[in-house]
Amino acid sequence: MARMKFLCDADRCIECNACVTACKNEHDVPWGINRRRVVTLNDGKPGERSISMACMHCTDAPCAAVCPVNCFYTTADAVVLHSKDLCIGCGYCFYACPFGAPQYPRVGNFGSRGKMDKCTYCAGGPEADMSEAEYVKYGRNRLAEGKLPLCAEMCSTKALLAGDGDIIAQIYKERVVKRGYGSGAWGWKTAYRETVAI
Amino acid sequence: MRIARQVFYTFFALALGLIVLSAPATAQHGQDVKPAAGGNPSGTNPTAMSVKEEQLLRELNKLQGRISIPDGKAALLEQPQGREYRGFREGVLPWIAGVAILGMLLALAAFYFTKGRIMLEPGEESGRKILRFNAVERFTHWLTATCFIVLAITGVNYIFGKRLLMPLIGPDAFAAWSQWAKYAHNFLAWPFMLGVLIMLVVWVKDNLPDRYDWDWLKSAGGFFSNTHPDSARFNAGQKLIFWSVVLGGMALSATGIVMLFPFSFADLNGMQWAQYIHAVIGVILIAIMIAHIYIGSIGMEGAYDAMGSGEVDLAWARRHHRAWVEEQQAKTASGPQATARPAPAE
Repeated sequence: MARMKFLCDADRCIECNACVTACKNEHDVPWGINRRRVVTLNDGKPGERSISMACMHCTDAPCAAVCPVNCFYTTADAVVLHSKDLCIGCGYCFYACPFGAPQYPRVGNFGSRGKMDKCTYCAGGPEADMSEAEYVKYGRNRLAEGKLPLCAEMCSTKALLAGDGDIIAQIYKERVVKRGYGSGAWGWKTAYRETVAI
Repeated sequence: MRIARQVFYTFFALALGLIVLSAPATAQHGQDVKPAAGGNPSGTNPTAMSVKEEQLLRELNKLQGRISIPDGKAALLEQPQGREYRGFREGVLPWIAGVAILGMLLALAAFYFTKGRIMLEPGEESGRKILRFNAVERFTHWLTATCFIVLAITGVNYIFGKRLLMPLIGPDAFAAWSQWAKYAHNFLAWPFMLGVLIMLVVWVKDNLPDRYDWDWLKSAGGFFSNTHPDSARFNAGQKLIFWSVVLGGMALSATGIVMLFPFSFADLNGMQWAQYIHAVIGVILIAIMIAHIYIGSIGMEGAYDAMGSGEVDLAWARRHHRAWVEEQQAKTASGPQATARPAPAE
């Protein structure tokens, strides 16, 4: 089995937000929820960099650890998923997540946030693969269809890579060697406690 | 086909080589040109000035940028503080809570089994009653108390529910219970806050330090020496209970409101801190309240009546709150009448 990861090559990301749009469209993500987003650091200054960020599907995920109802589970592909039937919308995973991945449909109504929503790595949820119930709650299950997450597939500059961690790390390393520079795999140290040596 | 492509590539490579050879001539005008490790045609590292994740994390401790979606808080790219939050919630907090709550239960059990209940002395019950808490005071007490018990159980559920209850009833039933527990926790917080505020108004006058407190504290309330240090309406122990409820309750309210309205009063790190404070004060207050419930019910004969019917036996009152009884009797010329009502709002 693969160990699925995301890798955003910040030297290629042009902040076109196609990944954000692709994600929202593919999964019918409701208004106000962004499973993926692009953050620009040092905006407008020399050395500005944009990074596309969603759930990183961490090793030993903090969200899963702090969940008071243990609604998270990790698939055989190391994708971190959760059950919206068990989620009570307490918000703890949002406090614990280093990447701001968990999203809630409601805010500020006496803390009744509704069921948490986050990037599923296009792998759905606990329901039967590609079922209607799964689509309504979690969106499309592209992994079950044999496809990779749409955000990475659609990336116009191929900045965002998705797939087995070793393979995408190898692609990134080759790029760095070829072009001579690279600002590293953003978030990897935090998410996977390892980074891509460049 | 393949040969044609190879010919094309060869010409292309030759052309590139020519450009590279002529490059030093133009590069003379620029600054030092470092040869790039991997054959970048410009010869420069275009990322030399770019921000580095490790450096930003070291200097700022989190990565904050700009974002083009309306959700401004999503501009926080990375917050490693989430790991500390996890360490607290899953590592430190269960220990604090376990030691505080179990420790208090064990201490009370030890006291109960060695010293037993604090009984009235034989023949001490006079049969005459004196009003200790009026209806408003009892209502405030029970309003706050019932809310607190529900808040405590549902609060502890956040910590120990998945460890203790979930294995017994299964994940589905536990999630359903926790969902309702969360609603109860969020909504009963409001009558609890109201109760704490009324308590403060109603009882603060009798809970200011007075001349009896030091002696009471020195003899530890007489719990171990079987003596009864003097006290006015509330002894020093009761005052400590009062102030821990009022101050602890206010801290719980403030931090709770911060969490009830996400991002209204604090950012993400602020809400993490709100939960650190909320949880620690919460479990300590639970431990204190267990002691309070013990001494007000099975721990001491005659004590429960004060909050039950509101009237206590005059002899009990004289033994435990002599100064208060004398004060009450002085107010009414004809002594310790059962029907005598103390001045309101005491």
